[in-house]
Parts: sequence; structure tokens; C-alpha cells
Amino acid sequence: MAAIPGGADHAHDHDHHQPTGIMRWVTTTNHKDIGSMYLWFSFAMFLVGGVMALVIRAELFEPGLQVVDPDRFNQMTTLHGLIMVFGAIMPAFVGFANWMIPLMIGASDMAFARMNNWSFWLLPPAAILLTSSLLVPGGAAASGWTLYPPLTVQMGIGMDMAIFAVHILGISSIMGSINIVTTLLNMRAPGMTLMKMPLFCWTWLITAYLVIAVMPVLAGAVTMILTDRHFGTSFFNAAGGGDPVLYQHIFWFFGHPEVYIIAIPAFGVVSQVIPAFSRKPLFGYASMVYATSSIAILSFIVWAHHMYTVGMPVAGQLYFMFATMLIAIPTGVKVFNWVATMWRGSLSFETPMLFSIGFLFLFTLGGFSGLVLSMTAVDIQLHDSYYVVAHFHYVMVAGALFSAYAGAYYWLPKWTGHMYDEKLGKLHFWLSIVFFNMTFFVQHFLGLAGMPRRIPDYSLQFAEFNMISSIGAFGFGLSQLVFLVVVLKCIKGGEKASAKPWDGAEGLEWTVPSPAPHHTFETPPVFK
Amino acid sequence: MGLFLLSGVARAEMKLNLQEPITALGRDVYDLHLLMTIVCGVIFVAVFGVMFWSVFVHRKSAGYKAATFHESTTVEILWTIVPVFILLGMAWPATKTILAMRDTTNADITIKVTGYQWKWGYDYLKGEGEGINFVSTLSTPQPQVRNEAPKGENYLLEVDNELVVPVGKKIRILTTANDVIHAWWVPALAVKQDAIPGFIRDTWFRAEKTGTYRGQCAELCGKEHGYMPIVVKIVTEEEYAVWVDGKKKAMAAAADDPNKMYLVEELTPRGEKVFAANCAACHQANGQGLPPAFPALVGSKVVLGPQDGQIDILLHGKTGTAMAAFKHLSDTELAAVITYTRNSWGNATGEVVQPSDIKVARE
Repeated sequence: MAAIPGGADHAHDHDHHQPTGIMRWVTTTNHKDIGSMYLWFSFAMFLVGGVMALVIRAELFEPGLQVVDPDRFNQMTTLHGLIMVFGAIMPAFVGFANWMIPLMIGASDMAFARMNNWSFWLLPPAAILLTSSLLVPGGAAASGWTLYPPLTVQMGIGMDMAIFAVHILGISSIMGSINIVTTLLNMRAPGMTLMKMPLFCWTWLITAYLVIAVMPVLAGAVTMILTDRHFGTSFFNAAGGGDPVLYQHIFWFFGHPEVYIIAIPAFGVVSQVIPAFSRKPLFGYASMVYATSSIAILSFIVWAHHMYTVGMPVAGQLYFMFATMLIAIPTGVKVFNWVATMWRGSLSFETPMLFSIGFLFLFTLGGFSGLVLSMTAVDIQLHDSYYVVAHFHYVMVAGALFSAYAGAYYWLPKWTGHMYDEKLGKLHFWLSIVFFNMTFFVQHFLGLAGMPRRIPDYSLQFAEFNMISSIGAFGFGLSQLVFLVVVLKCIKGGEKASAKPWDGAEGLEWTVPSPAPHHTFETPPVFK
Repeated sequence: MGLFLLSGVARAEMKLNLQEPITALGRDVYDLHLLMTIVCGVIFVAVFGVMFWSVFVHRKSAGYKAATFHESTTVEILWTIVPVFILLGMAWPATKTILAMRDTTNADITIKVTGYQWKWGYDYLKGEGEGINFVSTLSTPQPQVRNEAPKGENYLLEVDNELVVPVGKKIRILTTANDVIHAWWVPALAVKQDAIPGFIRDTWFRAEKTGTYRGQCAELCGKEHGYMPIVVKIVTEEEYAVWVDGKKKAMAAAADDPNKMYLVEELTPRGEKVFAANCAACHQANGQGLPPAFPALVGSKVVLGPQDGQIDILLHGKTGTAMAAFKHLSDTELAAVITYTRNSWGNATGEVVQPSDIKVARE
């Protein structure tokens, strides 16, 4: 970024020297611009991944092959997973972090403003690699987002593109996380001790450490696949002295913390929204911090609960079962704290609150199906079945996505300076929650009855629930366009938002005008 | 629901729970799942009962004034400790079930199950029926999949050769795979075990009821993952003895003389069958393949080139592609299928590959 066209030294981001048009966005080092780009990027990827989900559900609408051939179907499930995890949910929460962390802690910007620009601009090339791999000979990676070898060794060049994309996305997340950690530890306003930080900042601090710890592990695993594919190594090939199961251990050592990389910032958003609309401080702030940290630490020691059927010693199965069950305790504490925050509050139900309650209700349901799955003996029956598909969509969609919506509606007035259309927001919520459950609740039954995941066609006993699920999926997909309308309307105009549009909201972000000016807190505020 | 009844096919009712288990372990799993679901359900109703009470009573619109409390050490300790005890209560039956599940000793019959892309191979290794082996492939006709014919009752859950085992005996299943990871899953037997290439894993079951039970491969194994079902037929001991006898006689009769010299016309019909069962999924019945992932055999350099090259690819697969090794097929089967590809769909080499050629190439 040293050589900005024009040659002028832009080390200090003066407003009147800013490039305009597209170059404004390419060269920006402003946390608000970068936050907005992250959010738009993630929404675009959410729609791309969503269309893939609809292709999957269209194929599964009825038994028999109608829409895509099995190979394309597998490419769809793979890319849907990769895009939603790495392209949609993770960048969405990094977007929230970029926008809100400096505002919440009274910092002027992120610690490494230029690296911030770079970590965003790594994302589009990775997205292009992933999506364009559908067009290369052999098609995209078709091994599921978990990329298990030896299947991944059989794939064509689409697999290499996916591996490269994962590398790039990983670098981007690591840089984003380093930035967040540095900002949070060094740039808090005078008087804001760690234990006075808003909970959203705490959850991101913890998440950022998780990202830095496990993304390199994933990068290592996919690199080993790459060398197995092209350079004659045998990390995962028994014929050469390797072991396919080794990959699964490495992958899930990344994969389980990854679940919390997605979920913990969601906890943070909800912990901001629920107190605001309960008009009552968050119950058990300290225990929330400790519970979140415990979840993060536990997430490193439970990975093999994704692998109960690979064949491991009974001692291993027991250990991973007990360790996994432990996670229910801090997670329970968080849920109880949220409910206790609402208890005897003065509740109102604007869209952010509705999405938070939706999150609380459905995320807990996903947590309970997770507890059922933690039982090794039961999991062996349900592993790789639709029950698991239902379980993680409750955690990912009703958990992470709903909380992202809660955050977006909550902070939209701050971002745009306008109030969003409350009626449309509520419509978006009710359509989403109804169609979400229609799509995914029935999948529990499919899994229990014995339907494996990742199949393009199924026997007749599964037909009814699949049809319901597919109708729900199309309803859910279309409902998300309501959100796009709300956001566009809100940017264009609407009722002017005051600096603090929510009477119960707390925090430094509400002390600056709406929309937040391009530069805020150039002199740090004093936090009492 | 009316919409769903219009489809005109008689279907099983919409099941809400695990399949009815037919093993003692399966019943343990079934009960454990039910117990967990009930306990979770009760906690769920209790917690969200509190929340919805709050939602309905503590409303700003109803003029409710917010309290200011924000912590209570007693309550927080309480709701950390109580779940610990609930979890301990759950862990106890779960642990017992796992310990029983992993005890594969003292089996009456041991069967090795091998996952291939995309079918299952069964070898009876020990116990009554020792020496029997066969391959089990999906038998649902293609037109049903392509919606050109009405779908049968067991659509996608039917095979040409079922796994047959006696009721009441402890059956130990060894799983392995030839190419990629598969998973052998029969819900009614409460058995699911990954089949991992280069390694052997084991599991077991003891069926308490005769009947036919169906399952599927549970680990994504490539294009036809959805099309490799498992059918287990549980029969009485007498029926099993009869089956073993018949199967052994049939195997003896079908055994090929590896030294026989064949003519093209003798090998191609056999080759066509082998091709349909092993190759057509990718290279298609008309030999046109699905390029570029699955190349056409019509006019293929390999098929029309030197025999040794083609034999080598069939025996060892081609690394970096989906072409697996097919060395598990017999010499005669390989000779037949190679001869077939060299003399079909316009390929007209007129060449015959003899089983003895394969035998030489294997060594």
C-alpha cells in the first residue's frame, strides 16, 4: 500500500486526499469501509452458497435424479459448505469486528490498518477460485467440505483450486485475528479494563486466539493432501505407510474449534442485543467471560467426537464422550445467563431482539441435539446421517446467521444513519424462523430413520420429509432477499437515527453520531 | 399433507424415531436415545418456559419496569453444579453401552466386508460358510433412477447378492476398503463402521429376529456414494446351512479354469456383465464415459493400444484420477472385460486377452 497511484504519501488518511470511486475501496485503510466491504462480501457469498443449497434441495425434492448428476451434486455440497463457513459466516463476523470493535473500545481504527485492507482483499480471489472451479475439467472439489482423503486424491484440478482457496482464506483470517487481538489489547480507551470491555469484544478476543491456533493446522492438513496428490508423498495413503485417518485427526483438531470460531462471536452479538432490549444489564458478565473461555479451551480436546465410527480404542471413545459432554456446562451457563438477563427486564421486541430470541431458542435446540450426539453409542447410529445435518444447521444457521442478523439490525442505524423498516425486518424474522424449522427440523427424523447425508437420491421411505424440507429451503432462501431490501432501503433513506436509537443500549458506540463519521475517537474518550 | 399423498406410491409411514432395532445393543441405543431426548426435552421446556414467561409478562408495552440485578453467585454456582449431576446420570448408561459395543470377542462367524467404488465385497472368513465370497451391487434398474420407470418398493435399497447370516449368532464384521473410505451401516442392527483402505476395523451384531434389513454406505465415497446399499438377510440356522451348501456348489460350478484359452465370442458376453457391474457407472454402458472426469473408451488410446497398458491400468488403477485398481476381479473376469472393451461400440481390434495374460501381468 506504500505506492498509492499519484505517488502521494497517504500514511495519514486525510479525508481531502482520499481517492474516489473504486480506488477508494481498493486502497482504504478505514475500519468502517473495510467492515462494510467484509459485510457485503459475506452477504454476496451467502447468496452464492445459498443458491448451491437450493440446487441440493431441488435435487432432493423427490426420489430419482432430476436436476444434477451425482458428481455435480457432490460438488454442490462441498462448495456450499466451504463457501458458507469460510466465505459467508467467518467474514461476516470479521466485518462486525472491524466496524464495531474500535467504536466499542474508543479506538480510532484497527491496530494494523493496512494489513486490514490486505486481509479483506485476499477474500475475493479466494472466492473466485472456489466458484470458478465449477467450470474447470472434472469440476469442483466433490469430497465434502471436510476434504477427506483418499477421495480428495482422486479429484481433478478443482481440488487444487479449493486447497489454494483454503490457504488464502486462512491467511486472511489469521491476519484479521492478529489485528483484532492487537487492537483489543492495546487500544482500549483509558479506564476500560479487560473486564469492562463489552462482551462482544471479549468473544472476539477469544475467537481470534482460536483462529490463530487452528487455521495453520488446517493449512498443514490441506498442504499434505496437495503433496499426496502431486509430489508422491504418502501422508494419507496406507500403501505408502501413511494413514487416511491421520487426516481426520488433523482436520478435526482444526474443525472443532472452527465450530466455536463461528459460534463465539455470535454469542457476543447476542450478549449486546439482549440487555439492550431487556433494558437491564447482562446477567453474570464475569461468568460469561469464563464460560466462553472454557468453551474455547474445551474445543481443543474433543475433536475425535467427529470420528466415533473410524474405529478407535474404547478408552478413546469414552474420553472423547466425557470431554464433549463437559461442553454442555459452560454452554448451559451462557443460556441461563441470557434468560436471566431477560427475567424481570422491560422487554421490547424490535427485530434485533426477535433474532436474538430466535437464536437463543434454536441454538439451544442445536445444543441439545449435540448433547445427544455426544453419546458415542447413539452417535454411531446418527453419524453421517441427516440428524447431523440438522444438528449443525441449527447451530450454524439459527445460531450464527440469526445472531449476525440480530447484530446487523441492531447496528444498521449506526452504520447508515437511518432507521431500517421495522415491519419488513419483522417479516424477515418470522419468515426465516418458520421456513428454517420447516427445512431443518424434519431432517432430524430423516437421520433417525436412516438417511445418510451427501446422497443425491434416496429410497421412498424418506420422500415426504425431504419434500417438506425442500419447500422450506426455498421459502427460507427467498426470505433472505427481504433482508437485502431492508438494507438497501435503509441506506437510501428512512427516519433519521439519533446517536443512540435504542433506549436500553449501552456502550461507547452510541456516543458517536449516526451515521458514524468517517473518523471517530481521534482522541480517546475517557471510560468510567 | 394432501400434496404428498398424490404421488401415488405406497410408502412407509413418516417415521419419527430410530428404526426398530433387532439386537440387544440396538435396543440399548434406542433406549439411550429416547432417554436423552426426554431429558433434553424436559430441560428445554423448563428453561424456555421461564424465558417465555418473561417474554409475556416482563414487557415494556405492559408497563413492566426493569429490575437492576445483574449477578448472583449462588444461582450461578447452582446452575453449573446441577448440570454436572444430570450429565453424570447420562454418562453411566452411555458408558455401559459402549463397553458392550466394543466387545468383538467370541464371534461365531467372521465376515470381511470390503468397500469398493461403488459396491460391497463379502468374504466369509471363519465359522460356518467359511470360504464363501461374493460382491454385492445395487440392483435397482437405471430407468427407475432416471424417472423413466416407476420406482419399486425397495428403490435404491436392493442388491443382487444379499449378505446372509444366521439368527442368534454373534457375527463379527471386519471392514476394509479398496480405494477410498466407505462406511458399512445397517440401522436395524445398530452397526456402523468405517471401511478404511489399508486398515481393518471391526464391529459385531447378534440378530434376534429373522428378516431382511437394509442400509447404505454412510461415508461419502465419490460419485455413486448414494448407490451402494447393504442388504442383510437374517435366516434360521437351518436355512443358513442350506444357503451355505447351495452357495458353495454354485461357486464351484462358476469357478473358471484359469488356463483355458477363449475365443472373442466366448469372452464378450461375460465381459459385458463385468463391465455393467464395475465400469458402466463411470464409463457408461455405451463406452462414451462422462468426459473429462471419466474418459470415453470408444476410440481410447489405451483400449486400442497395447494390451499390457490396459491390463496395467485395470490391475493398478491410475493415480490422480478416479480410476481405481480392479485387481480383486478374477483373471477370467479381467480378461473378459478387456476383451469386451476392445471389441465393442465400434472398437474392433479383434484381439482376445486370455486369463493367462492377466496371470502373467499380476506376477
